[in-house]
Amino acid sequence: MADPLLQARGIVKSYGHVEALRGCDFDVYPNEIVALIGDNGAGKSTLIKILAGSEQADEGEIFLEGRRIHVGSPFEAMELGIETVYQDLALAPDLDGSANLYLGREIMMPGVLGTLGFLDNKAMRVGARKAFGELGVDLQNAKSAVANLSGGQRQSVAVARSVAWANKVVFLDEPTAALGVVQTARVLETVKRIRDRGVAAVLISHNMRQVLEIADRIEVLRLGRRVARFDAKDATIELLVSAMTVGVAEEGAA
Amino acid sequence: MTAVRPSLPESIRAALAGKLSPVAERWKSFSQTRFGSVVARAFSTNAAWILLLLVVLMWLFNFLAPGKFLTEFNVRTMAVNVAVLLVIAVGETFVMATGGIDLSVGYVMLFAGVTSAQTMNWGGRNPTDSGWDVVLLGLAVALGSGLAWGILNGILVAKAKVPALIATLGTLGMSWGFAEILSNGQDIRYIPSIIGDMGSARYFFDKIPLVVIVASIVAIAGAVVLSFTKFGRYTLAIGSNQEAARRAGINVDWHLIKVYAMSGTLAGFAAFMSLAIFTTTTISGHANDNLQAIAAVVIGGTSLVGGVASVAGTTVGVCIPMVLFSGFTILGYQSFWRDVAVGAVLILAVYTDQLRRRRRERR
Repeated sequence: MADPLLQARGIVKSYGHVEALRGCDFDVYPNEIVALIGDNGAGKSTLIKILAGSEQADEGEIFLEGRRIHVGSPFEAMELGIETVYQDLALAPDLDGSANLYLGREIMMPGVLGTLGFLDNKAMRVGARKAFGELGVDLQNAKSAVANLSGGQRQSVAVARSVAWANKVVFLDEPTAALGVVQTARVLETVKRIRDRGVAAVLISHNMRQVLEIADRIEVLRLGRRVARFDAKDATIELLVSAMTVGVAEEGAA
Repeated sequence: MTAVRPSLPESIRAALAGKLSPVAERWKSFSQTRFGSVVARAFSTNAAWILLLLVVLMWLFNFLAPGKFLTEFNVRTMAVNVAVLLVIAVGETFVMATGGIDLSVGYVMLFAGVTSAQTMNWGGRNPTDSGWDVVLLGLAVALGSGLAWGILNGILVAKAKVPALIATLGTLGMSWGFAEILSNGQDIRYIPSIIGDMGSARYFFDKIPLVVIVASIVAIAGAVVLSFTKFGRYTLAIGSNQEAARRAGINVDWHLIKVYAMSGTLAGFAAFMSLAIFTTTTISGHANDNLQAIAAVVIGGTSLVGGVASVAGTTVGVCIPMVLFSGFTILGYQSFWRDVAVGAVLILAVYTDQLRRRRRERR
């Protein structure tokens, strides 16, 4: 197997007396969809937040392409090519789809106007239509605020936003939790497209069927540690559930 | 099981539908034209409705007091009285667009007016015949005073995480107190005559006061910045979802400081305009400026929770109380009716905003 793209080693994170992560390891390989599963409170979201820079680990190391990195903020993560689609949809509901897609990375007008801070809304709208088109999302009214979109369309905007900018890893925290059947299929299709573009996708999901269907590999967290790793083709729902609830003494032994 | 009883007899409903459907059809086809879609979109915002209300009010007062309300003199008086308030309301629009509030603007303006006037009166000399050097120094002090209070507000809100309502209530008291201490509660009545001349100057065939032109430029600039620049985009993004803005890599704290600093600086500029119009510091005249500015912003359709804002709406929102005041006065009613009416309009504006939000969330 190739070298890991992203590695976390011995991550510890406590909130007061609660230890969310107790020496957690995690690996992402290039060009794969890896599912991160675990029971509630296993530490999935905390781990993602640390890798995406929105929380800081108390202990532990993170390596990207073998180089040790420090991810001090979401912005630093983005600069490293790591993007996150958050569970609670980090969108600005009053802005339209293209403004959200380009939030923090606006295209400026050429020349003096750009220097003065004027936005090139037209160029951004064209770029947005292309990015959304790639996901099969048809935003009928491009100028409509994101709050006016359906849940699925909103999720698509959030996913498109991450995919458009990531060039190494995309984290997706329960990307289909709020979606209907059609939109779920579409988002999963998008996740596959992310991988086919040479970007690794990390998927947090509670839906074991979905995980087995789409992931190449599965890593299981339990009580703040990684307890098992599976190739998706070797895994069954029973194996995954038992790893999540009982834990498997795979780590260290393997 | 239960028979559905039509609320209107079928025949009446059919007749109504027959009468209304051509209108609805025409509106529908109109709203699909280029111009029509702009109109339709405009009326989905508060600003257009408020503008309609303003036009109706002006028409009504003109109808009730023909030849008295819409005179050149009265319109000009209203415009001058609104100019200073408009400048601070533009700053307030940006603050409220971030989901914050700046209660201190009226008293920061007072403070800036006092420090500016005192600087120009430095050493007890009478500055009436002073040249441009003293005038520009006075302007710089007014702007600087406003900027300083604005930066303080911004740091308190963004860095110290003091809720904006309390932070700016605190600086309201402090700037008010300092203004009274510095001036001993006495108005400073000696202002360079250059400034007074600016306050009474008129352009365009001697019709439009300079202060109205200047306030309009500030408002137009504010509208352009809010709608077309990165600064405006970030302001709305922060008000819409601060966490999203942060995750998108926007330096939220720094941006908030800039927005409050802008509000303070505009208050300082408004202080200088006020000096020009009244040629005195008008210490007792700013008790309600902050609330008037906030009312104007809210009437204009800027959301109380941020994310949605309109400088055009604010401009109309500043005008409505003025038109009510002038109209009631001309008709011989007590001017306090204005306060009653403004209160009602304010509540109506927020209520319709809530309705729209609820309708949106139901989708």
